[in-house]
Amino acid sequence: MYAFLFFLNFLLVYTVFAVYAERKISAFIQDRYGPMETGYYGLLQTVADLLKLIQKEDIVPLKADRKLFKPAPVIIFTAVFAGFAVLPLTSGFSGSSAQIGIFYLLAIVSLDVVGILMAGWGSNSKYALWGAMRSVAQIISYEIPLGLMVVCVVLIAQTLNLQEITYQQGIWWGHQKAEAANYLFGIKALGIETTHIGGVLTWNIMRSPLLLIGFVIFFIASLAESNRAPFDIPEAESELVAGFHVEYSGFRWSMIMLAEYGMMLLVAFLASILFLGGWNSPFPNIGGVRLAEWTSGIPGTWPGHLWGAFWMISKALFLVAVQMWIRWTYPRLRLDQLMSLSWKYLTPASILLVLLCAVWRLLML
Amino acid sequence: MIESNLSEFGVLLIFILGALLFAVVGLLASRFIRPNRPNFEKLTTYESGEDTVGSAWGQFNLRFYIVALIFILFEVEIIYLFPWALVFGDEALVRGTDWQWAWFAMTEMFIFIGVLALGLAYAWRKGYLDWVRPPQKVASFKSKIPAEAYKKYL
Repeated sequence: MYAFLFFLNFLLVYTVFAVYAERKISAFIQDRYGPMETGYYGLLQTVADLLKLIQKEDIVPLKADRKLFKPAPVIIFTAVFAGFAVLPLTSGFSGSSAQIGIFYLLAIVSLDVVGILMAGWGSNSKYALWGAMRSVAQIISYEIPLGLMVVCVVLIAQTLNLQEITYQQGIWWGHQKAEAANYLFGIKALGIETTHIGGVLTWNIMRSPLLLIGFVIFFIASLAESNRAPFDIPEAESELVAGFHVEYSGFRWSMIMLAEYGMMLLVAFLASILFLGGWNSPFPNIGGVRLAEWTSGIPGTWPGHLWGAFWMISKALFLVAVQMWIRWTYPRLRLDQLMSLSWKYLTPASILLVLLCAVWRLLML
Repeated sequence: MIESNLSEFGVLLIFILGALLFAVVGLLASRFIRPNRPNFEKLTTYESGEDTVGSAWGQFNLRFYIVALIFILFEVEIIYLFPWALVFGDEALVRGTDWQWAWFAMTEMFIFIGVLALGLAYAWRKGYLDWVRPPQKVASFKSKIPAEAYKKYL
């Protein structure tokens, strides 16, 4: 309940500032100033936009299929937001700690494809239909490498529960499981135990260096999942104007926008939990210099919650910033390039990685 | 930190229903403040200012359908991989069976993944993964001025 209220408000505040940040980052990359008029340094620009948006008329085109057109944004938003339910924000604060965590997340987030298709088809506009078709083809194509990368992490971690996956990646694993032990690169034969060193050394990308490649594939696929450039042909401005949401206006449109930014945040959270240690501190304990302990409180205490939330949110926002940086750096991929990247490069690579991770897991025993 | 009487799946339901509620309440609230003055011009389909010809509900590229089919195959594969991935590296099971568990599970799954990889190779070979691209036209115009003539000005 508290987690629901937190994530809803966090998502709203984050979206307001993410839109502002996106405009500022794009401006600085292109040597412009970006919004400067509303508020100090343009800080209130998105708030003003938001106030304008809820006063806008809700236009439903005459030719549209109203039964599909009107509920589509609600479905898109619900599918994306429901994914936040299983994310552990700190060592003790998360929505649901159901054992099937990551499996539920993948399943429910896939539903936004249905909403996108409803929006595109229901609009009865050529731009919208083509946008929706491309969007759906892209999202389902990149879901394969994304899902296989999650399988890789599950192979290493042996659990679907995101909270447990996070515990394994830090110095507090012993609090949860008595016989917990991490070894350098996950290879037990090396005999270098890192359980109490923590920090970067126990993140999943170091517990099995194969997951470093996995992280790159996951990040590329997650860009495509959230329809971000360089995979933004579904809403390629120069050809499709806005893609599947071209006919939407007012609050319905802002819900689609909210879902898009929510998806960015969700995949950033997920990437940091699965690969970058979640709420664990990045600093290791070096001998007497207990950096990991100084920068993360004991689970269940207030310092533990505050440090956890701080690291979790910083990692996620950093990844969101990287997503924006990539958007304004790389040109858009063509549809055939997009499909061949997913099916001919990422999917074979991730199948191979799953097999290698299985072998690696045996080294960890 | 915070105790509640809900089961873990109840919390999932709260997130889903809560998101629906937020969307519906938002739509209702904006209904009270937004104007509603539809006219014919406003309600026409947007096509960059041109008058729309016909309906959008026509044919579209069959490739999308093939991609969806291949997707379903692989998505089902991933669903089967999850339970395997969970028990595969279980330390107690592996040690209890003197590593037989690990080798058996690994071989079995390698064969399963191998069959699907073969399927992907088949689809690739058959060209189902290729997207049709418009052929590039090479200009057939031949200039009478020889290419060396330009060198003087470069």
